Amino acid sequence: MELGQVFQGIAFIVLGVGAMVAYFWGSNYALDRLIADPLGPNGDPIESKENQREAIRPWLFVSPALILLFVYLVFPAIQTFYLSFSDADGNVRVNAPVYPEEVRELNINFATPLNAERMLDVRDVLVDDYPSLDSVTLEDIETANLSTNGDGINYLFDRANAEVEQNFVLLRNYEWAFNPNNEDFWEAVRNNILWLLVPLFSTIFGLLIAILADDVRWGTLPKSLIFLPMAISFIGASVIWRFIYYYKGPDVEQIGLLNAIIVSLGGEAQAWMTIQPWNNFLLMIILVWVQTGFAMVLLSAALRGVPEETKEAARIDGANEVRIFFNIIIPQIMSTILVVLTTITIVVLKVFDIVQAMTNGQNGTQVLANMMFNESFRNFDVGRGAIVSVVLLVAVVPVLVWNLRQFQKQEQTR
Amino acid sequence: MSAEVPIFKMSVGAFVARLALIALAVAWTVPTFGLFISSFRNKDDIVASGWWAALQTTSQNAQARTGATPDMVEEDGLFIIVGNVFEEETSATVSTFGGGFLPANEGLEGRDTTGIGDYSAGETIELEDGSTFTLNADGSYRWSSETAFELERGERFFYVQEKPPTFSLENYNTVFSNDNIAQAFVNTFTVTIPSTIIPIVIAAFAAYAFSWMEFRGRQFLFAIVVGLLVVPLQLSLIPLLRLYSTVGLNGTYPGMWLAHTGFGLPLAIYLLRNYIGGLPREIIESAKIDGASHFTIFTNLILPLSIPALASFAIFQFLWVWNDFLVASVFLGTQPDNVVMTVSIKEMLGTRGDQWEVLTSAAFISMFVPLVVFISMQRYFVRGLLAGSVKGG
Repeated sequence: MELGQVFQGIAFIVLGVGAMVAYFWGSNYALDRLIADPLGPNGDPIESKENQREAIRPWLFVSPALILLFVYLVFPAIQTFYLSFSDADGNVRVNAPVYPEEVRELNINFATPLNAERMLDVRDVLVDDYPSLDSVTLEDIETANLSTNGDGINYLFDRANAEVEQNFVLLRNYEWAFNPNNEDFWEAVRNNILWLLVPLFSTIFGLLIAILADDVRWGTLPKSLIFLPMAISFIGASVIWRFIYYYKGPDVEQIGLLNAIIVSLGGEAQAWMTIQPWNNFLLMIILVWVQTGFAMVLLSAALRGVPEETKEAARIDGANEVRIFFNIIIPQIMSTILVVLTTITIVVLKVFDIVQAMTNGQNGTQVLANMMFNESFRNFDVGRGAIVSVVLLVAVVPVLVWNLRQFQKQEQTR
Repeated sequence: MSAEVPIFKMSVGAFVARLALIALAVAWTVPTFGLFISSFRNKDDIVASGWWAALQTTSQNAQARTGATPDMVEEDGLFIIVGNVFEEETSATVSTFGGGFLPANEGLEGRDTTGIGDYSAGETIELEDGSTFTLNADGSYRWSSETAFELERGERFFYVQEKPPTFSLENYNTVFSNDNIAQAFVNTFTVTIPSTIIPIVIAAFAAYAFSWMEFRGRQFLFAIVVGLLVVPLQLSLIPLLRLYSTVGLNGTYPGMWLAHTGFGLPLAIYLLRNYIGGLPREIIESAKIDGASHFTIFTNLILPLSIPALASFAIFQFLWVWNDFLVASVFLGTQPDNVVMTVSIKEMLGTRGDQWEVLTSAAFISMFVPLVVFISMQRYFVRGLLAGSVKGG
């Protein structure tokens, strides 16, 4: 590492932060100057233009935020919705060639570059219907230098002078995603639903720990330790847990904790990340491990808010601790439990890093966010990426509506 | 159930509860601890035994050859061959040896057929030809005979070496010097610091305006902010990447700062408005009467008062940006020039997933900064969590 890089970094930082500070101070200074109170001959203001200034100033305050929110969240969301009707390159078209079923069965993703050999496979399939394609050779394909997207196949069609069927492609991505035969997509949807166990277990563990630590003098230490994973990136957590699930091979001393425990109990070591359905649950454990601390902190604070008198009163009435817990405490912290559940649910719906780093969705562990990433940035199919994002948005809409309702209620009591 | 009761009078239930709490805390700590210990172990040790055995001496079977005729020296009428089974300086010692050219110690109970456990280090063995062989614990051996050795190559024998545990910073040194990790570390700071400061300032101004200034559409615009709190940022990635490609922000730091600012703003505005909106009205009104503009009130009064809330959000955003993988891998990419730590560790997982000495230490380098920030400012973090969640949606 060179010192130069550090300085360059610092220069970048100063520049970036400086530009923003300059905007706020500069624009407000300019406003005060441009709409200044006119001064009389003796230097005193003769008229206050304060109202004019204060009508403009709010917009100086909020516009950077509003512009950024619009550019980075609102506008892209609308555009993604639009792109969900597009082809792989993001062009929304009404008509496009339709390829025979066999070509599709070759499992050719039209967005990925087709190499010449692969195109020969396509030719072999098409040649039944279009005998003139028989004359197309590897050389033809290579000299035509057609390597990307569906162009190559179009070229084959053109060569055959085939009459290409035209089809309404606006719903291309919707047909792809919601096709009952699209196992990948449905697997991702199923897994995302399965992942909802994470909010449940995080909340249960969080509540359990909050209760256990509630009246213990040294309770802060275990709570801090359990809270700590919140500071660790999902990628870091993936390294940690990959080490635990690690499989070194058959009949050797295992260095992964899970396999070592299984072997010591007389079991057999396994490559857990390839074994369905356990791999899904093992991935979920990672997120439970991270999120329990969050649930614990919130529920711990809520428990402290439960008045002692209500519990005392129930005790005098002869209720045992279990009944007090379920009938007195739980109802009083219910709103916090809901907040915890919904917050972790949002995290879970978007779960990506862990799956990407541990399995990349292989062996039946696909989830929507990972699918979106791979379709958009590995297969370069903008349309498919967009449709998966739209599904994600639809999944959070109930939480979004609930949030707005809560907010409305809160504003009324403000 | 009261905590005032001394331990020995504790009820069984309370005792079990405390035990369970300790068990949970241990279970939550063990995964990180295992990785931490491993990062200080020698790369061969990591794959040889589990980290829980790191404090034990490890035994390894090995073999060696004696020297041959050219190594022979004459000394007091005896022909001797001396040498050491350890080629490099090591903390390992020899415990037992045998087998190969050495006579079998048949009388030994439970004898290993290779003969590796036949003799203890330091023992002198008499061979059939009358020569004597000694292997010491430090690995040095001496083979002496009254007749000259006639060996084209040395004789083979086996030994058990005991290696005491060693811990070192070697893995960290390797990772720092070889793997662009040092560069990634600086890059991560370059991404994180402005991405933390910029949204705080922008959100603080906006939050003040939403709390205390009058303008058209205030309620409506804030409701949009609340709605945006949960919109998955996946929705933004494709259009933004296309936009970035056209304006040339792709793969640049300013592009990252702006992206993280945009994505962080809803929470920032929401948290800060909760706080700033809760400040007493009198402060703002009396300052207004004194003729202060909203700008002066904000910078001179509200900003200093809001430090706790600003700190809360700063920690959130710092941790979020430092730990982010998705945004960085989409907008910044994997080039060594500007790759961040999470992305480069993810690359390592793919390409060198079995090289635990690299993975463990690199992961810890990336965790170190957020852990320090987190531990030292946990109070603010918790306060922010409570303000962001319990009060609001």
